[in-house]
Amino acid sequence: MRYLLVEDNAELADGIVKRLAMDGHAIDHAATLAAAEDCLAVAHYDLILLDVMLPDGDGRDFLARSRAHLETPVIMLTARAQVSDRVGALDQGADDYITKPFDFLELEARCRAVLRRRGGLARNQIALGPAQFDPAAGTLEHDGQTIDLRNREIRLLEIFARHPGQILSKAQVMDHLFSYDAEVTENAIEVYVGRLRRRIDGMGFRIETVRGLGYRMDTDAP
Amino acid sequence: MIQTASIGQRLTLLLAGVAAALSVLSWGMVTSLAAQAAARTQDNVLAASATTIAETLRSEQGEVRLELPYAAFAMLGAISEDRVFYRVIAADEVLTGYDDLPAPATSEIGQVVFDTGQYRGAEIRMSSVTRLVLAGMERVAVTVSVAQTRDGVDAVTSDISRLAGLLSVAFFFVAVALSAIAARLSLRPLNLIAASVSRRGPSDLRPLLRAAPADLAPLLDALNRLMERLRLSIRRSEDFIAEAAHRVRTPLATVRTQAEIALRTVSDEAEKERLRRIIRAVDESARSAGQLLDHATVAYRVEDLARDRLDLSDLARQTAAALEPTAAMRDIQFTLDLTPAPIRGDAVLLDSAIRNVLDNAIKYSPEDTTVSLQIVLDAAQARLRVRDQGTGLGDGPMDVLTERFRRGGNVAGVVGSGLGLTIAAEVLRAHGGRLELENCENGSGACVSLVLPLV
Ligand SMILES: Nc1ncnc2c1ncn2[C@@H]1O[C@H](COP(=O)(O)OP(=O)(O)OP(=O)(O)O)[C@@H](O)[C@H]1O
Ligand SMILES: [Mg+2]
Repeated sequence: MRYLLVEDNAELADGIVKRLAMDGHAIDHAATLAAAEDCLAVAHYDLILLDVMLPDGDGRDFLARSRAHLETPVIMLTARAQVSDRVGALDQGADDYITKPFDFLELEARCRAVLRRRGGLARNQIALGPAQFDPAAGTLEHDGQTIDLRNREIRLLEIFARHPGQILSKAQVMDHLFSYDAEVTENAIEVYVGRLRRRIDGMGFRIETVRGLGYRMDTDAP
Repeated sequence: MIQTASIGQRLTLLLAGVAAALSVLSWGMVTSLAAQAAARTQDNVLAASATTIAETLRSEQGEVRLELPYAAFAMLGAISEDRVFYRVIAADEVLTGYDDLPAPATSEIGQVVFDTGQYRGAEIRMSSVTRLVLAGMERVAVTVSVAQTRDGVDAVTSDISRLAGLLSVAFFFVAVALSAIAARLSLRPLNLIAASVSRRGPSDLRPLLRAAPADLAPLLDALNRLMERLRLSIRRSEDFIAEAAHRVRTPLATVRTQAEIALRTVSDEAEKERLRRIIRAVDESARSAGQLLDHATVAYRVEDLARDRLDLSDLARQTAAALEPTAAMRDIQFTLDLTPAPIRGDAVLLDSAIRNVLDNAIKYSPEDTTVSLQIVLDAAQARLRVRDQGTGLGDGPMDVLTERFRRGGNVAGVVGSGLGLTIAAEVLRAHGGRLELENCENGSGACVSLVLPLV
């Protein structure tokens, strides 16, 4: 996915760019609305993350102005927990909003929900053996059939899909799977891996347990 | 507010005063004109009568003779029933008539003169005319006087005066009624402006665009300027809160993001644990700041509650949709069983009440469960029931959970500030409804109901 981040706080922007890059996304950063317009003029983005308060204006006003010719979905970053603000952001054509500070898993979940709602966008499909996995939409296609995966299943599958053939430790998997404010045990991971295995059964790829080390995805399996 | 006499009353009173003065004036004028007219009529008839009698004077064998023509008295009888007296004097000698009639004022020959005097106990009006009659070789001055009492004339005058008085009183009452109507009519634009201001919702501070008479333009201008100032000051304080939140929460976001990045890069378990604690602390303070802000907003919005027509099912559907990604992160699904339920209230507040209840259902339920939203209607109430499959609300008293900063014993590590149910309960109370907390009948999970009066 290619993101445009419009955020004036340099440190926060730097963090968000790094953090999203870790998940394999490409991010351009604009510190002002003017810079954002320059970016939009030359590149195509899958999603825009737009701060509400920017030095050269209000993100909502920008949205109201450019919504007519802007097809890219927009998620507002707001610092206010106030409800009226949320309503205002959505009224002005934002697809969703998220309040700072946010959990990146939640950001991802909201992006996915927005992209699913919008539909019809060119997406990055990942081939898993004979099956096609679309992490943005959360779908798995096999044999002409499409199944919708649940949130955790998508995340789990995505971790393996992005590291094909590599052994991933339980700790690594856990970082991708659970919010950091939740107390989870490694047992929980076994539960989820077990469930995902049942879902992908017979699709021509599988997740193996590497005793004492972790898991590995095998896409060449019969 | 100190109440002075209303403009309408003042206007009516003023107009009534003017009407009263005019009535008295017109009554006086009519009365005096009537008296004058009656007197003039009597004078004319008296003069005509005296002249007619004088016309019949002639001389016969050196003697002055006259005939008293019937017409001369008939005329007088025609205007009133008053008694008539006459006298003819020729060369200081009474020819005929009442010789004790008062003497007339001297006058030139042929000129009619009038006198007013007392005769036989009554006031009389007398007209006299003097003619020269040739009697033999002599010219004799003959004076004819005709007099009439004034009772009839006065009666006519007072009749007219009474009638005029009655008319004036009637005129006065009609005028008062008309001035009351006029006062009301001229105050109508003012009342319309007042009505259109009071019909507005609490947050509607747009300028009034209603057409108004030129006299009211300054008032309308002043009102609009006040509204504009109010709008600016509210906007400034809202901006201030937004700015404050921005300043607090942006650095928190930076810390959280950096901590997440660090968590991805370190592998030492103790260090990871420290980073997780940082993240939890950030989440706790962000949650508290957010809930405190929401609570403050609720407190100020319920002061002057909007009463828009809303459908509870729409609100529930929208709020559930907004929270769906959050629920999906824990693989929790919403099931909706909603029927339309017309209510009145503030959509923003009701959204935050529903949001807090749903947020609890998500937070306190195990992963991979279902939260159901159902609307049940009875005659007067709509009930939005939110059930989860979590541990439930415990065995203790439930009302205390709506107290400020009160958290249950089941929170174990779940981020929260203890304000969610406080906010929900306050919003519902302001809408004339209530929040009901219970454990589900089938033993597991909480069942939280938002009860609102139907319209
Ligand atoms: N659906 C639920 N299941 C179990 N316990 C609940 C549920 N809803 C509320 N509670 C209990 O009631 C307490 C008060 O809830 P409340 O929403 O007011 O505060 P909170 O969730 O702790 O904090 P926050 O202000 O962040 O919402 C919670 O701490 C929890 O113990
Ligand atoms: Mg709560």
